[in-house]
Amino acid sequence: MADESKAPQSPESSQPDVAGSIPSPSAAGASPSSAAKTAAPAPLQIPLGNELSRRYRERFGAAILNAFEDRKQSVLILDAEHLLEIARYSRDEEKFDLLEDYTAVDWPRREKRFDLVAQLYSFTHNTHLRLKIPLGVDAQPATLVPIWPAANWLEREIFDLFGIAFRGHPNLKRILLPDEWQGHPLRKDYDILQQDTAWVRENLGIESGQ
Amino acid sequence: MNILADTVHENAAQKIGTLFGADELVINMGPQHPSTHGVLRVKLKLDGERVVGSECVIGYLHRGVEKIAENRTYQQFAPYVDRMDYVSAVSNGLGYCEAVEKLLVVEAPPRARVIRTILTELQRIASHLLWLGTHALDIGALTPLFYCMREREEILKIFEKYCGARLTTHAFRIGGLQYEAYDTLEKDVERFCEDFEGRIQEYSDLLTGSSIWIGRTRNVGLLNSADCIALGASGPVLRASGVKWDLRKALPYAAYDQYKFEIPVGTRGDTYDRYMVRLEEMRQSRLICLQAIENIPAGPITARVGKVLKPPVGEVYHAIEGPKGILGYYIVSDGSTQPYRIRIRPPSFINLQALDKMIRGHLVTDVVAIIGTLDIVLGEVDR
Repeated sequence: MADESKAPQSPESSQPDVAGSIPSPSAAGASPSSAAKTAAPAPLQIPLGNELSRRYRERFGAAILNAFEDRKQSVLILDAEHLLEIARYSRDEEKFDLLEDYTAVDWPRREKRFDLVAQLYSFTHNTHLRLKIPLGVDAQPATLVPIWPAANWLEREIFDLFGIAFRGHPNLKRILLPDEWQGHPLRKDYDILQQDTAWVRENLGIESGQ
Repeated sequence: MNILADTVHENAAQKIGTLFGADELVINMGPQHPSTHGVLRVKLKLDGERVVGSECVIGYLHRGVEKIAENRTYQQFAPYVDRMDYVSAVSNGLGYCEAVEKLLVVEAPPRARVIRTILTELQRIASHLLWLGTHALDIGALTPLFYCMREREEILKIFEKYCGARLTTHAFRIGGLQYEAYDTLEKDVERFCEDFEGRIQEYSDLLTGSSIWIGRTRNVGLLNSADCIALGASGPVLRASGVKWDLRKALPYAAYDQYKFEIPVGTRGDTYDRYMVRLEEMRQSRLICLQAIENIPAGPITARVGKVLKPPVGEVYHAIEGPKGILGYYIVSDGSTQPYRIRIRPPSFINLQALDKMIRGHLVTDVVAIIGTLDIVLGEVDR
């Protein structure tokens, strides 16, 4: 059912309590913190002007394309060319010793199609930092495995599902899908019902589809 | 003549050498193997019975959960997360609901948060019980499985009474809860907790001092804290290596900031330590449940979020301390009713990465113990 992918969109006017346009205050038992949060309709994304972003900017200058805060979470946007040195600095100097997660987001209409997204955590400072690295479709970012070995499988997963190849990765091959599979399912132009019909016919002996 | 004879002799010796010494054997363990806890396939490179290398082959249960998410509304996707780590559905649901709430900039009311905490801690106990039973079974202790299943049943009964489901519960809703706590919830939880203290002692009596158990787990699958952090391993695996860190304390969510509990840690980072840590975690979860039922605040159980969720444009990352480790959700909203991208940080997947390091140099029989001690669920590894 191809039309399943389109969810019903109710007109906003008939839904006065659509969350999102106005963050609705939690009813009666709201805690003071939530009341303060909802009282001021502050923008959710604000430029990041703290010490952390200042240190990064001072050190890497133009390699930090942008720094902002989204829902009180710090985000740095980096130039892919300088990924490795910024990652090393983050681990050694800023003590972000845990690469908590590493993934990608596909924006097919953008000039730089992909965003690599790394969630870093620092045990020393008990803070998170998100690094986002915009990438062109054929870009080959440097692997983070020498900095955080945890990146090994995570990069393989990104390679598998998005088709981003990492330069210098020790074992870059598919991890979740079969090795011979064609296509990268988490790209936006890969339909939810799409699959590698040839692979399915050959290996499972069934006609794919249903 | 002599020279020729010597050469022949040397060749024969070399042949025998390769036959009995230097050759390595590659065998498959799984995907159909009862002690790989699902469809995990490990390619083992063996020298005799000793493991010299390994490679995990995963993906047999890959269902493309993250792709499905992009084609569902926020509420429609909530039941899917139950099917990742299917033995701790409540924890998965908590992480997802809280992440979407953060994205919407709403907070669940205090009553909902306390009830969520109680159910999530019960789920942690249930998950650890299943782990303990099967892990002990893998190593050869049959009895603990029956004991653990007996107590897990009591927890599942509470879930069933609360929301009608036992395994894939979908217990929470975005913004709070759908169901009010049933009348005897506190009593049921209290009764369970009262019994449970003695029950943990029973498991402990069976295993902790047993020389067979110690022989099979002490110094098996060592992983020190530096390696844990480098490999991203979290949860009990990290704590057993001596890092006193728990997201419930570090960055409290739900109602954890209101309760007193300890973070158990190990010293060596071996299989025995991980067993001790999980055993103590069950005791601590029990204490949290007891504190929480004492005072469940009155009030609404859900925040006003509306029927159509359209989170403002932006993104959020929210992580909770699942029974297996850091369970994170990274959600990108484009302002529509469907998430633009949901990324789930699966603790099992990332912990499994440490397997290779842990099994090198051990015997094949220890591999079974080490897979068990990582506490992986393949539904979550493969998503």
